[in-house]
Amino acid sequence: MSDTVSTPLGETWRRLLRNRSFVIGAVVVSLIVAVAVLAPLIAPHDPLRNNFRTRLQPPGEIFWFGTDHFGRDILSRILHGGRISLIIGASTVVVTGIFGTAIGAVAGFFRALDEPIMRLMDAIMAFPAILLAMAIAAVMGASVTNVVIALSIATTPHTARIVRGSVLVVREMEYVEAARALGASELRVLFRHVLVNVTGPLIVRLTYVFAIAILAEAALSFIGVGPPPPAPSFGNIIANGRDFMIVAPWITIFPGLAIIAVVLGLNLLGDGLRDVLDPRTRI
Amino acid sequence: MIRFLARRLAGSAVVLLLVSLLTFGLIWLVPGDPTTVLLEASATPEQVGRLRVALGLDKPLPLQMLDWYGRVLSGDLGQSILLNRSVTEALLERLPVTLSIAAISLTLAVMLGVTAGILAALFHNRWPDQIVMSTALFGLSVPDFWLGLVFVVVFALGLGWFPTGGFTPIEQGVMEWARSIALPSLALALTQMGFVARMARASMLDVLNQDFVRTADAKGLSRTYVVLRHGLPNALVPLLTVTGIIAGALLGGTVVIEQVFSIPGVGRLIIGAILSRDFPVIQGGLLFLAVVYLLVNLVVDILYAAVDPRVRLA
Repeated sequence: MSDTVSTPLGETWRRLLRNRSFVIGAVVVSLIVAVAVLAPLIAPHDPLRNNFRTRLQPPGEIFWFGTDHFGRDILSRILHGGRISLIIGASTVVVTGIFGTAIGAVAGFFRALDEPIMRLMDAIMAFPAILLAMAIAAVMGASVTNVVIALSIATTPHTARIVRGSVLVVREMEYVEAARALGASELRVLFRHVLVNVTGPLIVRLTYVFAIAILAEAALSFIGVGPPPPAPSFGNIIANGRDFMIVAPWITIFPGLAIIAVVLGLNLLGDGLRDVLDPRTRI
Repeated sequence: MIRFLARRLAGSAVVLLLVSLLTFGLIWLVPGDPTTVLLEASATPEQVGRLRVALGLDKPLPLQMLDWYGRVLSGDLGQSILLNRSVTEALLERLPVTLSIAAISLTLAVMLGVTAGILAALFHNRWPDQIVMSTALFGLSVPDFWLGLVFVVVFALGLGWFPTGGFTPIEQGVMEWARSIALPSLALALTQMGFVARMARASMLDVLNQDFVRTADAKGLSRTYVVLRHGLPNALVPLLTVTGIIAGALLGGTVVIEQVFSIPGVGRLIIGAILSRDFPVIQGGLLFLAVVYLLVNLVVDILYAAVDPRVRLA
């Protein structure tokens, strides 16, 4: 912060742009998002059209990533599947962000509620997250919305714990005391002085939530409780390919590589954001 | 230490109570009447009635809850609708399979991860560090079940070194047993290792920057001695917590990986139940795994307090 002419926001931005992880992650994620948004325009084939004459074609000139047992183009399915996987990831980030912040802020700011709320969060975290999400998604019925709800329930407690931790630190700061001394109401203190100062750790956590959600969606679809077919998602393309692993391993391999690319990009982005926004927790 | 133990146990008891309440409440997430989901539309009113009795849905809610607690506390998790046998029995029968995979991957992940992380810390910002950190990040980004599938294609179908799936009990030969759980354990360990390596590196770097390490260096001790005698013991303490955290991830991961390798463990039982909506097994299985996780973390916290007095005094 020695640079006195720059605003804090400008300085943060400059530091992010100097961070290699952030820049690589941002480029990878932007590219993937762009490809997913443009999928209907750039996909070489219809991802849903069955064609029995082109069943189980290996990767080649017409079908770059090969075809599945219905003769559907794997590349086109991955491009379209990316849309669904990214929508699920982004929605989970939004829902977890809202509930995680609200729950964590209430627990950290209002002392009397801290114990009961956080014990409940501990209880949810005692279940293996992936299994909890599977059980919820299966019980509620397979749909994109229910997958988002299930993943949000599984990722909210940890997010709430991070927000609460930051709120506990920030609420003891002198500027919060100053705001109180000036007569600011509790709600004004919470929103204007405390919450704005926990955004750093929150943004970092939500980036990782995005990555976790992409991985979890794939596992849910693989088990058979993800978004329903025939619409492709990364996970259900892999699940489809499982029975053809000997004759057509490309059905399984390529969507897995797509998942790795997305999650790696998000993890790099998260690491970069963490270095700059939340250096305390650097690992 | 006794006060710490009492406080910690009381905390666990409260969480356990909430955990069982949540598993009990899972059935209320079913849209509408649970029996309509479980039975075909053509079910007779008698069949619906029988199922309601079997699930205890015919009683008022507080009584259902009391029933559930009474049974759970005596170790009875109810009867599986599909298998027509006791849930506790079915779980216990499959537990050794799941625990052996989880324990072996945990050991592998911690041993490899700690070694790699400490190596990275000792060569901070030089090439071994960069290789370890890139590999760790990559491991964090690979779906474990997909890695399992790739292993099947390469090492089982391609090279024929391992069976493509199934489980051989240890009584039928140690080698066969090891071969049957090698690939699933490795797939899980490799994806968890990254997290351990990152934590181990951070912890070691933290310790190496402390005053007592500088003092040890300053008084002329060899670097190896300082690292092994002063650095390592202190760096390992925070890693106990990491073990607790990945124990949870590994239990979840085992559930999915059992599906990939057709291994008859707790995971396959629960997933089969999830797909066929066998509620007593879903509830019992979730509760069971949550208890295992809480126990592991209880042990971790007690060990932590035993080696670090600051924890038990806090």
